[in-house]
Amino acid sequence: MLRFLLKRLALTIPTFVALMFVTFVAIRMVPGDPVEVRTGERGISPERLAQFRHEMGLDQPVWKQFVDYAWGLLHGDFGTSVVTNERVLTEFLQLFPATLELAFFGMVFAILIGIPAGVIAALKRGSIFDQTLMGLSLTGFSMPIFWWGLLLIMLVSERLGWTPVSGRIDLIKFYFEPVTGFMLIDSLLSDQAGAFKSALHHLMLPMIVLGTVPLATLARMTRSSMLEVLSEDYVRTAYAKGLSPFRVIGLHALRNALIPVVTIIGLQVGSLMAGAVLTETIFSWPGVGKWLIESIGRRDYPALQGGILLISSIVIVVNLTVDMLYGFINPRIRHGQ
Amino acid sequence: MSYIRKTGQIAKAGSAKIGLAALSFALLLGASAVSAKTLVYCSEGSPENFTPALNTTGTSFDAARPIYNQLVEFERGSTKVVPALAESWTTSPDGLEITFKLRKGVKWHSVTGFKPTRDMNADDVLFSFDRQSKPDHPYAKISGGKYDYFADMGMTKLLKSLVKKDDYTIVMTLSEPNAPILANLAMDFASIHSAEYADALLKSGKPEQFDQVPVGTGPFSFITYQKDAVIRFKANKEFWGEKALIDDLVYAITPDPTARYSKLKANECQFAAYPRPADLAEMQKDPSLKVISQSGLNIAYWAFNVTKKPFDDKRVRQAMNMAIDKAAIMRDVYLGAGTAAINFIPPTLWSYNTAVKDYPYDPAKAQALLKEAGVTAPLEIDLWYMPVQRPYNPNAKRIAEMMQSDLAKIGVNAKLVTYEWGEYRKRAQQGEPTTVQLGWTGDNGDPDNFFFLRGCAAARPGGQNISKWCNEEFDSRLKKAATLTDPKERTKLYEEMQAIMKEDAPDMTIAHSIVFEVMRKEVEGYKQSPLGGHKFIGVDIK
Repeated sequence: MLRFLLKRLALTIPTFVALMFVTFVAIRMVPGDPVEVRTGERGISPERLAQFRHEMGLDQPVWKQFVDYAWGLLHGDFGTSVVTNERVLTEFLQLFPATLELAFFGMVFAILIGIPAGVIAALKRGSIFDQTLMGLSLTGFSMPIFWWGLLLIMLVSERLGWTPVSGRIDLIKFYFEPVTGFMLIDSLLSDQAGAFKSALHHLMLPMIVLGTVPLATLARMTRSSMLEVLSEDYVRTAYAKGLSPFRVIGLHALRNALIPVVTIIGLQVGSLMAGAVLTETIFSWPGVGKWLIESIGRRDYPALQGGILLISSIVIVVNLTVDMLYGFINPRIRHGQ
Repeated sequence: MSYIRKTGQIAKAGSAKIGLAALSFALLLGASAVSAKTLVYCSEGSPENFTPALNTTGTSFDAARPIYNQLVEFERGSTKVVPALAESWTTSPDGLEITFKLRKGVKWHSVTGFKPTRDMNADDVLFSFDRQSKPDHPYAKISGGKYDYFADMGMTKLLKSLVKKDDYTIVMTLSEPNAPILANLAMDFASIHSAEYADALLKSGKPEQFDQVPVGTGPFSFITYQKDAVIRFKANKEFWGEKALIDDLVYAITPDPTARYSKLKANECQFAAYPRPADLAEMQKDPSLKVISQSGLNIAYWAFNVTKKPFDDKRVRQAMNMAIDKAAIMRDVYLGAGTAAINFIPPTLWSYNTAVKDYPYDPAKAQALLKEAGVTAPLEIDLWYMPVQRPYNPNAKRIAEMMQSDLAKIGVNAKLVTYEWGEYRKRAQQGEPTTVQLGWTGDNGDPDNFFFLRGCAAARPGGQNISKWCNEEFDSRLKKAATLTDPKERTKLYEEMQAIMKEDAPDMTIAHSIVFEVMRKEVEGYKQSPLGGHKFIGVDIK
């Protein structure tokens, strides 16, 4: 197991370096720089432009900028935002709990609905439920998040008035300083009656929007994996032994069918992060996704580089954990068979 | 430490009897008596920090505006400069010295970790300007230290010295007489900060906090900013001027305009920034909303580079003016949210010359003028358009396409060109294009702030005069008007300059856009500023 872990860890290093390089180069290929973006119609004198570019190190050759950046990273320095002058890591840590809260509940929503739905569809293969679910999951899978979010706001928030339009809590009724950054926890800690309910209320719609694509993927994956397992000999044997359908499905079939689903859950973390960028923008959710979008507009190189690298690191770590878990669930993987 | 405030909350009493009595009393008084009035403003983005001198975006200025005052200010809803922290001022006969008498008894806000021990005085004024003008000032480099507006408004050259005569008298010496200086001082970058707060933070080794946790003298004091989410302000009960009519002001940061509109409809906010033009018709029909509008202090223009042939010939430039169907552009691109521009300044700005007439749409005459100028058809030109939407121009590409089609009718083939926005401006200022679309949004309500764009000083390569037009008659008046203090004399000169400009046609003036604001019906007393931006003093919720 240790060898497997070390091998996996070693593989993440080139991924991380490649990522660092691609992020660094890609941002610099976008026309415009942080100084010019600030100036608008009034422009900037060549002397001031040169001075600011020098202060930001933008007058250095790109390779030198990259080496400096990599050196800083090795020392745990993600740089300083050229817009707010705050440390990139500090800004990220301020905003990340909001994204994590949203992504976590988006995934819980997807798992709680997607897996049971997939199992039922597999058990009732060819039924109306199965066909409807597969149709819906295909729709969910191909749904543009932005459109879906706005549609839900118009229907659920505006027309029906069931949920708030956006934000994380009712700003008029409640005010407390963040303690953990997780609104559900902070609202409980605040001791204000109704704050938790308001936070939960605000979470519903973004959670559904962000969880839709993973839900569709999980439902389809669970269904096909379950169908494969149900036709295995050991399932037939279990039935022949006289075990109740509940035990056969719950204990034997589902456990094995979930092995590929676990991997999919790990892979979905990447799409959750990508989805968070859009979901946060639609719902004014103050997380890292919205922050990254604004950083692109402002050409805030350090914030963008640091933000993307930190998010990617999280995706890498989650996938690594899933690989471990997979190896744990399925010994054949662990032993390289 | 957190504090709890709930609208309409009734204080808990020690015993049930007292509680019941309190409840009855509250009911008698009516719930509103114990309700805090909160206005939630759905703003469009996050501020960079809370020191206007460091910033260039309207979003950041809006976020700092409730907190600060300047020596002089723009009267609410107008561009008239009125006294603020300076109660009065006198200008020396040569126009080089301005003596400001400061207001007494102006209190600074308190924030966590700082309680002011004195009122606002001359030291604060010195601190606020020295930080921007003296590179060796202890705060000069804090938070990046880019004082763009200070530099752009020419303050670096203009401000010769600032001297404290006594605690409440400041003498500002200029390097040359300059009439627009008072309007400059009313701008956000000239906000007055607390020198005592700055010293305290410097001593505690946290000077960056100065720009993140602001202390001002304004109608609202800063409570908290949760990054990318919310900014909270509280009415300043000790404010020296007209007190705020609401108790709490909350900026809910909502970057998506559709979400802002939805929040407004759901009463999650009572005022929303920058409505989408496409939503305006629906907003105007909604009985729960109020839409107000005003001609923006801006201009969209199509500039002709007079250093390039054949645009060095006035007749060619005039022909271009006559070839374009401006009414069609107003109808199809501005969709009613703009007025056709006759002059280089909007009609809301003082000194606007109503006697100037625009060129008629007359393709036949345009063709004749080209012929007269010796231009043989087809004439090949390039026509640059901005790659982005601007406050004065909703769709430069569409306008360029319409112009292209109009120009084809008089035998002019226009090649459409664009670049990334930063690159576009840089190349345009270098004088690369033959014809180019651009525009301007006024900063301080002074005509000089528009006309300098066609002055000879700005016509150098890299300068903001992108038509590179340098007209002696125009320029001499521009320079003279800047040194005069009598508005009547200045008006006369600016009126003449508008006539000269129309005749010589360095540009085709396209439009002044109309700025819309949308709020809930309950919001009262909001006055739109011609300079853009948002100010919530004097606003009430009924």
